[in-house]
Amino acid sequence: MTETLLALDGLTKAYPGVIANRDVSFSIRRGGIHALLGENGAGKSTLVKTIYGLVRPDAGTMTLNGAPYMPADPGAARRAGVAMVFQHFSLFDAMTVAENIVLGMDQPPSPRAISAEVRRVSQLYGLPLDPARIVGDLSAGERQRVEIIRCLLQDPKLLIMDEPTSVLTPQEVDILFQTLRKLAAEGTAILYISHKLGEIAALCDEATVLRQGQVVATCDPRTTAPRAMAELMVGSVLQAPVRVARPEGAIALTLRGLTAPAPHRFGTALKGIDLSLRAGEVVGIGGVAGNGQDELVAALSGEMAVAADMVRLGDTAIGDAGVNARRAAGLLCGPEERLGHAAAPDMSLTENALLTGARRKDLARRGFVRWPAAKAFAQEIIAAFDVRTPGPEAAARSLSGGNLQKFVIGREILQNPRVLVVNQPTWGVDAAAAAAIRQALLTLADGGVAVIVISQDLDELMEVSDRFCALTDGRLSPSRPARGLTVDQIGLMLGGAHDLEVAHVGA
Amino acid sequence: MIRLEKRPQPSRGWSYAAPVLAVLLTMLLGGALFAALGQNPVVVIRTIFLDPLFSEFAWFYRPQLLIKGAPLVLIAVGLSFGFRAGIWNIGAEGQYIIGALVGAAVGLALYPLESRWVFVAMVVAGAFGGWAWAMIPGLLRVKFGTNEILVSLMLVYVAESLLAAMALGPLKNPEGMGFPGSRNLSQYPGAANLDLIAGTGLHWGVVAALIAVICAYVALARHIFGFQVRLAGQAPRAARFAGVRPARLVLVCMGLSGALAGLAGLFEVAGPAGQVTIDFNVGYGFTAIIVAFLGRLHPIGILAAGGLMALTYIGGGIAQSNLGLPAAAISLLQGMLLFCLLAVDMLTHYRVRLTMRKVA
Repeated sequence: MTETLLALDGLTKAYPGVIANRDVSFSIRRGGIHALLGENGAGKSTLVKTIYGLVRPDAGTMTLNGAPYMPADPGAARRAGVAMVFQHFSLFDAMTVAENIVLGMDQPPSPRAISAEVRRVSQLYGLPLDPARIVGDLSAGERQRVEIIRCLLQDPKLLIMDEPTSVLTPQEVDILFQTLRKLAAEGTAILYISHKLGEIAALCDEATVLRQGQVVATCDPRTTAPRAMAELMVGSVLQAPVRVARPEGAIALTLRGLTAPAPHRFGTALKGIDLSLRAGEVVGIGGVAGNGQDELVAALSGEMAVAADMVRLGDTAIGDAGVNARRAAGLLCGPEERLGHAAAPDMSLTENALLTGARRKDLARRGFVRWPAAKAFAQEIIAAFDVRTPGPEAAARSLSGGNLQKFVIGREILQNPRVLVVNQPTWGVDAAAAAAIRQALLTLADGGVAVIVISQDLDELMEVSDRFCALTDGRLSPSRPARGLTVDQIGLMLGGAHDLEVAHVGA
Repeated sequence: MIRLEKRPQPSRGWSYAAPVLAVLLTMLLGGALFAALGQNPVVVIRTIFLDPLFSEFAWFYRPQLLIKGAPLVLIAVGLSFGFRAGIWNIGAEGQYIIGALVGAAVGLALYPLESRWVFVAMVVAGAFGGWAWAMIPGLLRVKFGTNEILVSLMLVYVAESLLAAMALGPLKNPEGMGFPGSRNLSQYPGAANLDLIAGTGLHWGVVAALIAVICAYVALARHIFGFQVRLAGQAPRAARFAGVRPARLVLVCMGLSGALAGLAGLFEVAGPAGQVTIDFNVGYGFTAIIVAFLGRLHPIGILAAGGLMALTYIGGGIAQSNLGLPAAAISLLQGMLLFCLLAVDMLTHYRVRLTMRKVA
């Protein structure tokens, strides 16, 4: 048996107009936890899809266990011992855990046998999971466990994890890491894709950095500074967000007893939210998605009307005002969902600039759209926020996630808000764009704008916030100064992770 | 192996070429159909598509094209706003009937007053009648969340019954020797919707259709209302985020399409049809749905599609009388047209790629 499990040699894959992977070579050790680092668009997905049999490379070879390896489809990859947990789960809400697992198998055994097997594996690896539960009732962390167990039942030699921690609480991340370490100790190799450098330093023992499709470095993340890895990824020196100290401003936004029923069956009711926000202040709101974030944003943007007194902008009660009245008053929002909510996918950037900018940018007079002015506004956003696009005529859907995010956040920032609310401002955005967006938010606050940042990324919240609150099940915790908060304290504020158990390592 | 790849942006070129290709495909498939019926396909296609325009009797058919096309275009333009916004008014036929009834009732009530204002009052009443009939499904949807497709469609049959009751009852011609049907409005100068230039078929309905096309074009391209309509159809959440109130949009779109359908009904009853009769409606309200989609919900496209549809009606009529084709064959041809358009439409959103089957 050799030390190397999987060796990649000279993998190249070109798509029309772009080379996704260029001469990529590295190897993964048996029992190693290998990080694959890179910005969005660096070629990480193409590479793992190649390994998992979803993409055929134009050139290059792979060797698994010393034998040539070139899977024609994911089924072949699974038979060869390669399993993958995707970032987006592919589970059916209405079925039980066991049924979901059976659905993904090539030769499914009987449901009874599978239940016993699920119980055995989940205990072995400290992943508590009841096979009879309906997936729709599970938390994001538990759903991920279903996916992991589905992979583990195949007894894989290589487990690929794509951005696994983006949906987890800190405590759930701990449990996941213990599971992964135990797997590695038993000889399973893990290819771990992420751009969260702290996690990689904590978990992985080897890292390959991709930039523009090429391997730019291989390093030991335990000894390389996260900043150095980030700079390898981006290829330039990163500017950490800079905060200028400033005096406390007047109260800009007050939420008093903000209460609203759940807007639909799977929504969350808002329960007595109190918060006041000063001009020039950044308040970070943390919490796992589905705890009322969307509803809070809707109540602030005006998409969901509440009692007038529950939301005050300065001295004016605006809780019952509509979307455009709030915009006119200076309360602007950037929702989480870029495509379909913040932007219309099939419309051009010019039209999308008009979407929220009509009022404050005076883009429509007596109902008639001033298209040249709208186009100029779109161009202003593109230039100011370095949005990579052929031009304002491009459809929103044709932009990458990060570029579109820069566009929709920039659109609100350039309208000179009094209060800006953003939900998940850097979700799925590469490191350089994320840093640019955070910096723009801080610059805005330095200019006297009150900013609310809602995010699941705690590192991000710690980086930008003056104060921190946690949103759990529609309730907002009292705020605490962000400086000096530890991850454990934050975890407790997030309501503690219920239903969690630390892995029984060595059981 | 043929593969379809989604284009990053819909192709501009194909969105213009698709309707033309669809018409050509329809001619081919329709030709095959007529050949199977034992006819010479070239002759039939020529009869349907060319004779109304270029034969020796074209002087008779050309005005008919305007008379048939105008209501189709007028109704389809109104429908296109709602269809773009995802509001499905299927009951334009009913709104067309009620518009005609209300407008004709006003004209008949004022008989025999001689003033051009009679016609103006009828036009206003016709638009109001269609608007009010469309408000029923609109308000029911907004207040109670009912499905406007079903309600507007069912109201067509209510409107048809009302039409029959009116033609036999209150609106019946008192000097009509007991025959069902109202006085002939086209013989009542104050109310008649006659040709503006004699013998051309160019009546006020044609003028109204052209004005509607121009207004719709300006609204969609330049006005914030048109933008909101497109936004609501493409991305409803983004529309709400942009401040579009869904309930208001439903009422405006239903009302607009109803009013234009009512207008079309009024122009028809005061002009080409002349009187309220039991079988006054001939399905313009339903055909207009096809016209709206054939014109890809774009005003200029609708104008062209309305013309094409009118052509198949007139040409189909000629083919029936001269070549003895069954009426169903003509309906089939019209259906093929929509079907081909939907099929060809795929090319604007997808690109076809021929790839070698890979060796597994």
